[in-house]
Amino acid sequence: MAALPLFDRTEKAALCSVSELTGRIKDVLESDFADVALVGEVSNLARPRSGHVYLSLKDDSAQIRAVIWKSVAQRLAFDLADGLSVRVFGDLAVYAPRGEYQITIRRVEPEGIGALELAFRQRFEKLQAEGLFDPTRKRALPRFPRRIVVVSSPTGAAVRDFLQVTGRRWPAAEILIAPTRVQGVGAAEEVAGAIALGNRVVGADLIVVARGGGSLEDLWAFNEEVVARAIAGSRLPVVSAIGHEVDVTLADHASDFRALTPSEAGERVVPDAREARLALEHLRTRLSRDARDRLADARQGLDDLALALERGLRRQVDDRRHRLAGLAGKLEALSPLAVLGRGYALAFVEGEAAPLVDPARVAPGDRLTIRLAGGTVRATAD
Amino acid sequence: MGKESIGFEEAVGELERIVGELERGRPELGEALAKYERGVKLIGHCQGLLDQASRSVALLTGVDDAGQPVTTPFDASATPADGRA
Repeated sequence: MAALPLFDRTEKAALCSVSELTGRIKDVLESDFADVALVGEVSNLARPRSGHVYLSLKDDSAQIRAVIWKSVAQRLAFDLADGLSVRVFGDLAVYAPRGEYQITIRRVEPEGIGALELAFRQRFEKLQAEGLFDPTRKRALPRFPRRIVVVSSPTGAAVRDFLQVTGRRWPAAEILIAPTRVQGVGAAEEVAGAIALGNRVVGADLIVVARGGGSLEDLWAFNEEVVARAIAGSRLPVVSAIGHEVDVTLADHASDFRALTPSEAGERVVPDAREARLALEHLRTRLSRDARDRLADARQGLDDLALALERGLRRQVDDRRHRLAGLAGKLEALSPLAVLGRGYALAFVEGEAAPLVDPARVAPGDRLTIRLAGGTVRATAD
Repeated sequence: MGKESIGFEEAVGELERIVGELERGRPELGEALAKYERGVKLIGHCQGLLDQASRSVALLTGVDDAGQPVTTPFDASATPADGRA
């Protein structure tokens, strides 16, 4: 039986091994798809402990495997999540042992939103859910801080502005600048470290975290979790003054008070000495008036007492005088001398106290004293 | 005025309390005068603090075991006139 011609033709191809074929496929795919860019939705995201990230990218009718090696994954600002729409840039790679191909991702961006913007939103939601931004956690600032720790770049405009305003308003406050870088790799960790350092300073009343204006990328250190957590966990109240009014960082959300600029922070953290002087003068006036009033009260009270005393005394004297007059009248009425007024007389032998009642007591020539109403008469007995 | 080591905030707080007590209450005269004297002293103290012209700015490089700051001098001229950072 003759062989079918169809088979004859097909079998003219040279036989090769699986490895050989796969190698050829790999060569073709990896050179033709060396640089791919695609949009898709993340699914089947897996993050083993190796630090590499495995995922699928899919659309309505297809999907493709992809991998992000650890070195790239570590630099991702935002968190990848299933369902997230992304733009991916990378190379196609064939994995021979399993006959699979996948995209090795060099760069990935969220679709329709900036990577930093997305990272900010993701972190904001996470930290908010943890309660880090809870308004009830905000602490009041001290009214008259004596020692202020400023976490900032010592050569930056933020520090200069802050020092200028606080120096003008309240030179009595001691300022300790905890120097940090405020942008670039490692800046966030330095800022968090400086906040921790400031919290260990005895007598410090307040921490100010300040940075001048800049792009979202420039300010990024203040959107790092480590900074937001350091601020939220700070023993001392923290005032944030980062960038301009339009820039609200996670550090701002976590702080006890968000100043719009470093200058405004200066206005808010220290009082104005001129106002304080006025307030002191006001207090002095009140104090003097109070003391004067109190003295006047006391003097008035004293006067009242003196008057009452005088009145009381006068009444007592008058009472006595009345009683005395009454007694005198009674005494007068009862006086034995009263009969003399009617023409009677009392006779005394001179030198005797008792009136003369017995004529036998008188011898001729005795000196007699006769008491009349109008006076006394001296006489000699016959 | 004598040695007064209390801070401005504490002094002002005490002052406000004294004035309040004098205004609301009717303390015994001797006590009222003692409070007045204390108040005047506190005002002097506060003004003294305000008059401290010496402004203290330093770079914080560490904290010793007692919690005291370890510092180095701060060179204010190192900050740019209009630079941003």
